[in-house]
Amino acid sequence: MFALTPYIVLFPLLGFLILGLVGSRIKSEKLVGTIGSGVVGISFLLAAAIFIQMLGLEEAKREHVVTLFPWISTFTGTATSLSVSVAYQVDQLSILMTLIVTGVGFLIHVYSIGYMHGDKGFWRFFSYMNLFIFAMLNLVLADNFVLLFLGWEGVGLCSYLLIGFWYEKKITGDAAKKAFVVNRIGDFGFLLGMFLIFQTFGSLNFDTVFGSASVMSVGNPALKWITLLLFVGAMGKSAQIPLYVWLPDAMAGPTPVSALIHAATMVTAGVYMMARCSILYALAPTTLLFVAVIGGVTAVFAATIGLVQNDIKKVLAYSTISQLGYMFLAMGVAAFSAGIFHLMTHAFFKALLFLGSGAVIHGMHDEQDIRNMGGLKKYLPVTYKTFLIGAIAISGIPPFAGFFSKDEILWKAFSSDYGSVFLWLLGVLGAGLTAFYMFRLVSLTFEGEERFAHDTHPHEAPKSMTIPLIILAGLSVIGGFVGIPRSLFGGNAIEHWLEPIFASANSKLMISEYKVVWSEYVLMTLSVGIALAGIYAARIIYLKRIEIASALVERYNKIYSLLLNKYYVDEAYDAAIVNPIVNASDKILWKGFDVRIVDGLVNGSASLVAITAQWARKVQSGVAQNYAIIFIGGIVFILTWLLVK
Amino acid sequence: MLRNYLPIIMMMAVAALFGVVMGKINEFIGPKRPSEEKQSTYESGMEPIRTARERFSVKFYMVAMLFIVFDIEVVFLYPWAVSYKHLGVAGFATMFVFIAILLIGYFYVWKKGALEWD
Amino acid sequence: MNLYYTDLITNSPLLTLTATGLLLILIESTKSTRTRLTFGVGIVGLAVTGVLACFHLTPEQSTFNGMMNAGGYGSYFTIIFVLAAILTFLLSRSYLERMGNNKGEYYILIVFATVGMMLMASANDLIIVFLGIELMSICLYILVGFFRVKDRSNESSIKYFLLGAFATGFLLYGIALVYGTSGSTNLTVIARSFPTVSSNTMFIIGVALMVVAFSFKVAAVPFHMWAPDVYEGAPTPVTGFMATGAKAAAFAVFVVVFDRTLGFSGGKLNLVIAMIAAASMILGNVLAIAQTNVKRMLAYSSIAHAGYMLSGVAAANTEGQSGVLFYLIAYLFMNLGAFGIVGIMEGEDEKNLSIDDYAGLSTQRPVLAMLMAVFMFSLAGVPPFGGFFGKYYVFLAAVKANMTWLAVVGVLTSLVSAYYYLRLVVLMYFRDGKADVPMKPSFAAMVAVCVSALLILQLGLYPSAVVQLVQSFH
Repeated sequence: MFALTPYIVLFPLLGFLILGLVGSRIKSEKLVGTIGSGVVGISFLLAAAIFIQMLGLEEAKREHVVTLFPWISTFTGTATSLSVSVAYQVDQLSILMTLIVTGVGFLIHVYSIGYMHGDKGFWRFFSYMNLFIFAMLNLVLADNFVLLFLGWEGVGLCSYLLIGFWYEKKITGDAAKKAFVVNRIGDFGFLLGMFLIFQTFGSLNFDTVFGSASVMSVGNPALKWITLLLFVGAMGKSAQIPLYVWLPDAMAGPTPVSALIHAATMVTAGVYMMARCSILYALAPTTLLFVAVIGGVTAVFAATIGLVQNDIKKVLAYSTISQLGYMFLAMGVAAFSAGIFHLMTHAFFKALLFLGSGAVIHGMHDEQDIRNMGGLKKYLPVTYKTFLIGAIAISGIPPFAGFFSKDEILWKAFSSDYGSVFLWLLGVLGAGLTAFYMFRLVSLTFEGEERFAHDTHPHEAPKSMTIPLIILAGLSVIGGFVGIPRSLFGGNAIEHWLEPIFASANSKLMISEYKVVWSEYVLMTLSVGIALAGIYAARIIYLKRIEIASALVERYNKIYSLLLNKYYVDEAYDAAIVNPIVNASDKILWKGFDVRIVDGLVNGSASLVAITAQWARKVQSGVAQNYAIIFIGGIVFILTWLLVK
Repeated sequence: MLRNYLPIIMMMAVAALFGVVMGKINEFIGPKRPSEEKQSTYESGMEPIRTARERFSVKFYMVAMLFIVFDIEVVFLYPWAVSYKHLGVAGFATMFVFIAILLIGYFYVWKKGALEWD
Repeated sequence: MNLYYTDLITNSPLLTLTATGLLLILIESTKSTRTRLTFGVGIVGLAVTGVLACFHLTPEQSTFNGMMNAGGYGSYFTIIFVLAAILTFLLSRSYLERMGNNKGEYYILIVFATVGMMLMASANDLIIVFLGIELMSICLYILVGFFRVKDRSNESSIKYFLLGAFATGFLLYGIALVYGTSGSTNLTVIARSFPTVSSNTMFIIGVALMVVAFSFKVAAVPFHMWAPDVYEGAPTPVTGFMATGAKAAAFAVFVVVFDRTLGFSGGKLNLVIAMIAAASMILGNVLAIAQTNVKRMLAYSSIAHAGYMLSGVAAANTEGQSGVLFYLIAYLFMNLGAFGIVGIMEGEDEKNLSIDDYAGLSTQRPVLAMLMAVFMFSLAGVPPFGGFFGKYYVFLAAVKANMTWLAVVGVLTSLVSAYYYLRLVVLMYFRDGKADVPMKPSFAAMVAVCVSALLILQLGLYPSAVVQLVQSFH
């Protein structure tokens, strides 16, 4: 069965090639859609077959590496020769990710058949989506950093192409460019991290690197830098402070893209990468703390922005950033399996919410502003019910999926040796805010009075769209049951399943034996209570007593406009980073985003081009004699330097 | 060691002497009927003093270049001819190829009309 | 004098191409009105040369009494040059027709320039190096000024000639000094006497002057000044040919003379080359940002790429050598492809050469825009295109040679370069505009750019094949 692994990756590539080469000739949308989703479906079935086989195997035999061909083999013979193969590593973690990517991906492909109906780029859309799945599978199945990086860049490229899918609109082009540029910063960090790994371990192969890392001591400075640099890459890809700014803009792309790439899969690549490298992070406690703080702060920060957004997709975008923050919080407190668990449940309910929002947008004829909606549950009953399930799940109400994963993270943030009350507080605060803005969204969109124009006739989405919604809703309900903690008399199957992956990291961390203690119940009740309070408040403010909302806005005008404008971060970045000079943004990165330096660069970057142009014009005079003089100058310099020193 | 150069020096002396003697003989026995045309400096038929900013016909360059090309050929031929016996068949073949290449060039030049003045 | 017939067989690629060139002259003399024949015979001759070179990728052997090396390294470069020439042929035909200057001599000159490059790459004697450089350069001087009636073309030709002659002077002076101190122009002999003469000041000056001359040929700072003007003024396919073929030839000599013959590591001269490399990377990339003409932008970009490759030469280790060899073949396709598209886009009277003329190309010509994007991404060093691995190998070599600072400069300047490469992509894809080609691109030109793009991708996805080959040369 393991021999089938390459085919999991191959089928989406096949789909991309077929659609990319002859897609424009295929007149039938149905055929394009079938090919596009079919190949992903086959991949899912293959992955499921392997997964079932793995379930039957004993723990030690579950990992398997399938080597296809040597890819980069350079400079053989030297001690630190680099050799990289195209090889896929199937183990508990990667198969889980593969299932999520292909499973959720398949549903979203099916959904897209309905959503993209009639678009002139129909075939192009599916070919890009297949390419994305191909790249993402390379990312999760890679057995070395280089292949992972290839997938990492590949998904970035697809994200870029798909955000700018409707390229005739200027806004999509700008959003795509922004995503690309911001991600390049992260990738730069990732690349440096890779170089450093190669420098330190002499290999880029997972087994070799993690094998030699497991005998290193905690606090090794090289590991500190490696993990930090890799995390910079994760910050870009997974939209964490301060590199999150591209994700909200990325919503300019088609909604299925937002669901697949910018919610369920690609943005979680950073989390996956950290989980994969857990042993490296376990040896770098400083980085862990940094990750936890970034994650926790992002979770709250993004949630506050989500409170006041009026674009249905923007709310979900900030919510995604916030939830990704949770995952990193989990990673940061060394609760690796909890992070992956949340990644999985989040993939279910966030994909559901995005697809639901897509159904709303579709039904409302491209209206995205929730102020112009309301009372839609009458017209879109299926969408409403599934969306509501998604909202409950993300708010963390038992027994929905989000509850188990989020509670696991909160508990670990509190109880882990690497956690603290502060981190827990951030998490709980974020949870309350999440519940509030989600139900604000539900209330404003589906309930209350109808605020849209009378000539709009909202309609329910076609079957191809609602069926994926229903399946995802089902998963959002039951998806959490694989991780019921022992305190609730569950087996925490997922933690057990992933145990071998994190075994060496956990042994380094010396995590104490898990015991059920009373405080866990207290915290659990507390977080559920806060979530319920958030829901209650949202329903009061936005359904019963709407005047409170406007009163609040008036009272806290300054804060409101600060939130509405997303803390003006975009404006600050726009001035400095998205300005023509890409390298300026890198400098900002090194300087730790110091505001003063940002300000300084605003002026600097603008005039850099002008100065160089001016200077170049003077030197590059076009007079051959001057060129000869510079030529001579070069010779004189070289000879002097060679002979004098 | 320097003795080896003695014939050369003698050769040079003889050459110089020959030139001077012939010139002087000409001066002594030749008839002299000076005119303005004859007194002016001889510059291959050109006016000796006039503006330097003048355009030459490109034909002059063409001839000059062709001259150099085939002149160099002769330069190569001399040492080859001197050591021809040592070089044997291989030397002959090499020079044959060399001349054949030049011949192709000559053919090209001819066909393209570079040898025609008009 | 010994002449072995085996020498003729092992050097068959060189001889074939020379014979092709001569045949072309005869054809041109008799049937000058029909360039199609010249074009066709030229392509066939180049292709046969390339195939013969593929058969001679076997280990190197010394031929012609130690004057030249045949096979291996030289054959690898022969393949590069022949590919460059064939692609240039394909790109040129429609271009020359559009510009109204389709003459057979153009193709003959390219063939002879290629012969010169091959001499350079297989040289084992400084005299052959010189011969090759001159043969190549003289052909290029004429090619640059091929549009006789255009002032700009003339100007750049004379500039290139003047400065090239200047550089040749230094090259000869350097060769003379090396000859004077080591007693031979033969590279094998020089390598043998290197330990004794390496501290000789005159020898060092001689080698430094050769560095200068070769740096001129690869357009490295501060000997790069001719490049932007000449690249801009030359017919676009010629620019592409110069930026890839001629540059590859100069690097072939660079690697032969400095890495394979002298092979000093950690010496001061390595540091000189490293400094030239760093200066080229910085200046080339920063100045490219300020350009508005596509050809000038690519000219500065080519200076920067010379810098990247010089990092590999400066490292002077086997990794650097393999890295440069790999880089050159990747660079051949991405740069010639980019110039090919510029040539396709260019209208009469230097129209359509501004960067802004590419705005919105993706809507009018999606295939061209996509190919250009591939070339730009590859030049920027984005995986999975060939350019990424080229950079990776040379920077790795620099790190291994304890020149980490050079690799850092390289990585940082590559980031800068991403700006101007991607600017073109952004313009093509995300700006409104009516960019279009002046004429429907010819089939030959489209074949050339498509093949280049495919090979770029092939090199990026599966570099092992080429890397293993180039490793077998040392």
